[in-house]
Amino acid sequence: MTNALAPGAVERHLRARRDAGRRLLMPYITGGVTPGWTDYLRAFAEAGADAVELGLPFSDPTLDGVTIQRASEAALARGVSTRRILAELAEAPHPGVPLVASTYYNLVLHDGPEAFCAALRRAGVAGLIVPDLPVHEADELADAAAAAGIDLALLASPATPQARLAEIARRSRGFVYAVSVMGTTGERAALAASAAELAARLRHGTDRPILLGFGISTPDQAREGGRHADGVVVGAAVMRRVLDGAGPDDLRAFIATLRRALDQE
Amino acid sequence: MREASLRPGPAPAAATMGEPGPRGRFGGYGGRYAPESLVEACREVEEAFREAREDPGFRNALAELLALHAGRPTPLTPAGRLSRELGVRLYLKREDLTHTGSHKINNVLGQALLATRMGRRRLIAETGAGQHGVATATAAALLGLEATVFMGERDIERQALNVFRMRMLGAEVVPVTTGSRTLKDATSEAMRHWVGATAGSHYCVGSVIGPDPYPWMVREFQRVIGDEARAQCAAELPAGVPDHVVACVGGGSNAAGTFAGFADTTARLTGVEAEGGAGAARGRLGVLHGCRSLFLQDGDGQIVEAHSIAAGLDYPGVGPEHAHLRELGRARYVTVTDDEAVAAAVRLARAEGIVPALESAHALAWVIRAAGDGGLPAGSTVLMTLSGRGDKDISTLKELL
Repeated sequence: MTNALAPGAVERHLRARRDAGRRLLMPYITGGVTPGWTDYLRAFAEAGADAVELGLPFSDPTLDGVTIQRASEAALARGVSTRRILAELAEAPHPGVPLVASTYYNLVLHDGPEAFCAALRRAGVAGLIVPDLPVHEADELADAAAAAGIDLALLASPATPQARLAEIARRSRGFVYAVSVMGTTGERAALAASAAELAARLRHGTDRPILLGFGISTPDQAREGGRHADGVVVGAAVMRRVLDGAGPDDLRAFIATLRRALDQE
Repeated sequence: MREASLRPGPAPAAATMGEPGPRGRFGGYGGRYAPESLVEACREVEEAFREAREDPGFRNALAELLALHAGRPTPLTPAGRLSRELGVRLYLKREDLTHTGSHKINNVLGQALLATRMGRRRLIAETGAGQHGVATATAAALLGLEATVFMGERDIERQALNVFRMRMLGAEVVPVTTGSRTLKDATSEAMRHWVGATAGSHYCVGSVIGPDPYPWMVREFQRVIGDEARAQCAAELPAGVPDHVVACVGGGSNAAGTFAGFADTTARLTGVEAEGGAGAARGRLGVLHGCRSLFLQDGDGQIVEAHSIAAGLDYPGVGPEHAHLRELGRARYVTVTDDEAVAAAVRLARAEGIVPALESAHALAWVIRAAGDGGLPAGSTVLMTLSGRGDKDISTLKELL
């Protein structure tokens, strides 16, 4: 894999697609969850993903619901590590859309933010999400990420006050990850009302791409999310299928249904 | 009514065991590494705590609860026979004599009172040995709150009596089946639950861990142990302060509360960890459960499961202030094995008629060892916090003895 992605690649890519009128789709996969897991990346891109979120499994995922927890446990039980996932990634063909790693801050600190970001960069990852790193603790990693050309995307929540929301939007890179609901990751029956409110409050202060995540499970929910924000992240609904044995072709079909739903908007 | 233990007014940020800086840091440790969804809830807890500690009404109400319900002050008991055997003068701060049987009640009454002040009607808690869960269930019953306690399945098996006590007190006990099914996983699950319940619930963290302000706030609520002991030592000991202050450390709340009373003295502070849960002695820098501290990790940065016969010490990290005290050299952290702890429990039972919690037995095991190998010089005075009583561990001990 080449080191072709320049600094700010995630944001440039997402802005360009959004500005062309496209609703953005970022499916999630837990790295190392199955043998041959990198095949899912290409399938996602072929089905119309605009970026892919790559979870680096951590033993204690304090913001994840049962599905992503199970996926992390499954990956760790296979003996994977951040190092091994990035090595496998580097050997696989690049899916052609930006890869955005997501993990907990302990794994970043383990090697140190500089080394961690450099390793992401070498593996062809262009963005990073750290759910337990709020904006007021992010200086150390933000600097290292910027130096390595990694877009550090920050999370915003329905409970975030407006002034803090503005700071998050200002300091986030790549996009703003809008957490749609006060809760953990996981499939939900309906998109929470807080999703639309948060997206609107964010929209008020930034033109940075806004992606809604947490609880977006179905094409209808993706369509609704795309109505409020620039696009959606779909995690647990993907991983449930992967854990149930669905292969890349099955997921290609599922992601395509999400793509079509977003395109209908 | 005894004087309120919460000292009015902020201490200088630079003071050892004073108020942490504006970002909740103890040196390079601490902080608020919480999901964004919990940041506002943490800020609200901090604001409420800062206001409450300045409010004489809150301080008096807490002092009353501690005196009338928790049974404070607890005695300082000279361990006469054991002292003669060991060649040191050992004094026990008797947190085992509090209502619910451990120091946990001090912190929980403080947080439960704070929760009512914040208009919260429900407490969320995690528990390992069950002592914090029992204390939370008790405080909730006392103040008319609901309580939901997360507990690892393995700990539920080990601490069946405490599970029954919690349920009898009206608390909901939620088994946690992930990971090692112990305190670490119960803490993760409690945090996950809190994300979806911040509006009406207060997360009553049981140790000096978690995102700011918890490590500081829990230490301040436990400071009553050290403040009382300091006054008692001043009255009992010729030198006014002991030569050594010893306490067991899981997350480290009883030790933090005890040390806080002696941080500005010449007393040497020693935290005793379980061999299989030695976050301070053998952990490395990391972030877990909201704070930057020392955690047991493998070569890939995954958190390692802790193992201890004492469920309350079965945690792979240590509170950030302990990491700071260790770095400063103000406190040292040592380890003892399960076998040493069990032997110490038996020795205390037979020498003094006190069956300690297995957590507390770790502290005593180190005292016994150090008295024998010169770590505690002959004739030195030692204050040891007996953090809890051993009733909850009787079935474990019965299997071993």
